[in-house]
Amino acid sequence: MGIQERLIEDVGLREGVSRLNEDSIQKTVNAVFQGETGARLKAYAEICLRCGMCTEACHFYLSHDKDPTYAPAAKVKQTIGTLLANGGRVSPDQIYSMAQIAYSECNLCRRCVHYCPVGIDTAYMMITMRRICHKLGVTPQYIQDTAHSHSATFNQMWVKDDEWTDTLQWQEEEARDEFPDLRIPLDKEGADVYYSVIAPEPKFRTQLIYQAAAILHTAKIDWTMPAEPGWDNSDMCMFTGDFEMMGRLKRKHFESAQKLKVKRIVMGECGHAFRSVYDVGNRWAGWKHYPVPVVHSVEFFWELLTQGKIKLVSKYPGPVTLQDPCNIVRGRGLGDKLRDVIRILVDGDIVETTSNREHNLCCSAGGGVINCGPPFKNARVEACKAKADQLRATGVKTIIAPCHNCHGGLDDTVHKYELGMDIKFLGDIIYQCMERPEA
Amino acid sequence: MQDAASSWDWQPGERVILDSVTCGKTHQWQEEPYVASDGERLAAIVRLEDETFSMCVNGKTWESSFEKLWKPCFSPDGRLVVIAQQDGEWSLAVDGATWEEFYAYLWHPCFSADGSVIAAAIQNDGQYGMSVDGTTWSNLFDNANEYAISDNGQSTAAVVQTEAMAAADLAAFRRGVYTVAVNGEAWKNTFMNAWTPTFDAHGRKVATQVRLNLYEYSIAVDDAVWGQTYNCVWEPRFNPGTGEVVAPVRIAGAWGMAQDGKTIWDPVFFQCWHQQFSTDGKVLAAIVAPTFGEFTVAVNAKPWSTTFPVVTELTLSTDGKRAAALACNNNVDWQVVVDGTPWRGKYDMAWKPVFSADGTHVAAKVEKAGRHAVLMDGKAYKRDFEHAWDPVFSPDGSKVLIRAVDKGTFVRIVATLSDFSSRG
Repeated sequence: MGIQERLIEDVGLREGVSRLNEDSIQKTVNAVFQGETGARLKAYAEICLRCGMCTEACHFYLSHDKDPTYAPAAKVKQTIGTLLANGGRVSPDQIYSMAQIAYSECNLCRRCVHYCPVGIDTAYMMITMRRICHKLGVTPQYIQDTAHSHSATFNQMWVKDDEWTDTLQWQEEEARDEFPDLRIPLDKEGADVYYSVIAPEPKFRTQLIYQAAAILHTAKIDWTMPAEPGWDNSDMCMFTGDFEMMGRLKRKHFESAQKLKVKRIVMGECGHAFRSVYDVGNRWAGWKHYPVPVVHSVEFFWELLTQGKIKLVSKYPGPVTLQDPCNIVRGRGLGDKLRDVIRILVDGDIVETTSNREHNLCCSAGGGVINCGPPFKNARVEACKAKADQLRATGVKTIIAPCHNCHGGLDDTVHKYELGMDIKFLGDIIYQCMERPEA
Repeated sequence: MQDAASSWDWQPGERVILDSVTCGKTHQWQEEPYVASDGERLAAIVRLEDETFSMCVNGKTWESSFEKLWKPCFSPDGRLVVIAQQDGEWSLAVDGATWEEFYAYLWHPCFSADGSVIAAAIQNDGQYGMSVDGTTWSNLFDNANEYAISDNGQSTAAVVQTEAMAAADLAAFRRGVYTVAVNGEAWKNTFMNAWTPTFDAHGRKVATQVRLNLYEYSIAVDDAVWGQTYNCVWEPRFNPGTGEVVAPVRIAGAWGMAQDGKTIWDPVFFQCWHQQFSTDGKVLAAIVAPTFGEFTVAVNAKPWSTTFPVVTELTLSTDGKRAAALACNNNVDWQVVVDGTPWRGKYDMAWKPVFSADGTHVAAKVEKAGRHAVLMDGKAYKRDFEHAWDPVFSPDGSKVLIRAVDKGTFVRIVATLSDFSSRG
């Protein structure tokens, strides 16, 4: 089934292409090709062997009865390849199709890179396509709204300045019923740890802030959270192709930490934000690495548990399986530490999915796909069938997934495919099993 | 602060202000200490036995206590200011007495340069704006952020949302629902986004970053947009001498500096931000990256020859003849860099350098192995501390005030230049 047979109606895409014509498209496409890409794009476009090795790597292909139009090389051919072949001159309807492919049929998960004999990074080709779509004004409604929120509030969920600190103070107050002297220290200059989160946490997953505070308090960490914008480490602008806003967000985040003179940033269980801070957004801003070290929760929990700063009074009943978040496992190599942490926390085996570690299958939610919202939900969950099959085959009842997008995606997947599995953050389990400090 | 500093005690030597920084009144816990600029008082939030909060100043608690206190600080004129909650509503407590007005929420206290005016962001009934010394803007808005106050305290500003938007309303956002409000009066034009409104030296004019559409950025001054648009811009600054406005601008993927819409620094940098003027406006300096991943300071468009992975905290001497900044690699190995040359030592952390009024001397606080030290012209003061605050020069630049805690004691040291001798 080709892209024309599976087009999804989205107001952002539809209104976007309604403002285009072939001339305006060609001008914008070539401006991006000539001004923002170079040898990398040209090389990828020219060296693809059409060998098909990437095909079996893609969960969209695997989940759609091996429909070859979902093969990574085919998706490149239908997007960037077509633009290159036509000198950037295509119709608005073609841009609609290309946008749907780039935004909703590729999670930028980079699994296919591992299977390509010449190392073509299909995700780069797809993000370049998204960059073109952004410049054309053709982005799915919901993720574009998220990008708007980033620009207006410096967080992805329209959380207003006062709602942020009010929520932290509310969670602090709640937690004092359990930990009477617990603090969420705001703007504490010179703290060892700046704890950063993504906006869904203050918006509707406040228990994660509670749990993090409980863990940091119990481990006696010298920590702080910023009272001003910059606290949200997430970055949907990276995924819409709005790189200028991506850079603005990362500047705000890192300068927020620099202002507080902290030693390092510890971030919650999020995957895509890690990609933005350690690889993409930081470099747009001109930093070769990051200006303040960023430690993902998996590494941080590993430290706390192996250094005895958090002790357990019980273990979580296993066996369990786990979801390797693409951006921190394939992108950062945290697969071993993730398994170390789980072995410490769980009484029972880790039953691996057939594809695991750097060869994991994506949850189908990453890369901004889940943020494209309800119009694309069914297609997204269909693309997770291969993952669902692997999860079912483990025969276990618990999935540990240290990533917000993985959680959201797997929630839908577990429901749709009736897997009957619970999904846990590491923080859920640590909070449940840790020894509380003596009152 | 230099004007106020002339009345401080500048007699050289060490004075113990508090034998113990622990609050004398029984309490559940005591939070981080804050000290007055003159080094005469140390304050901290304490949680009392009755589960209320108070401020402990030099060992004694305020008579008043509150449901919650946060973000204490001393104003430039030495008043102790803290955000306070009472009966579920918020106000600002100044030296123990709250403003008469309480709000559903209050945050971001900010001050005029001399500290005589205090403003804060406020929210009431879901409407946002500012309160100045307890007087609320006459107009409030659906949202506000990016708050600013002029140096003379006569004006305040914020980015405001002028109309409510439905969820995921792309059209309204594209139309532009944000602008700048000055003293509660919104500009007529609206923008897709606006950021960092800033006042001129007299508090009369306001410049701000604006995004006109998803791709075009510019600077607006008193509601008039520069004729030129850019791929991106950063925060504008007024030239204190001429009133012209400069801002870093991105052109064809590289950063330069524009003044009133005309390029004054060629766009040759990978990054350019945090620009600032000398007092007379004749010197303009900024943090720049001449190549990818290598940062330094450019003075009147000319970069220092030394570069570093990260540069922060640029500061110019008043006359603009000297510049200092901090450099680090991955947030460690911090160095103080003055006029392009780093001082010898490398530290776990460093704080913004401070120039003497005449620009002759530079001082900075640094941290190594958990101890704080104060450096002056690259030399360390003869002892280090558990905790120290930023050094302050005497108005004549001949002495340095060190405010520090060590072994539980709060000390105020007036150091002479000869007290700085060891290699940092």
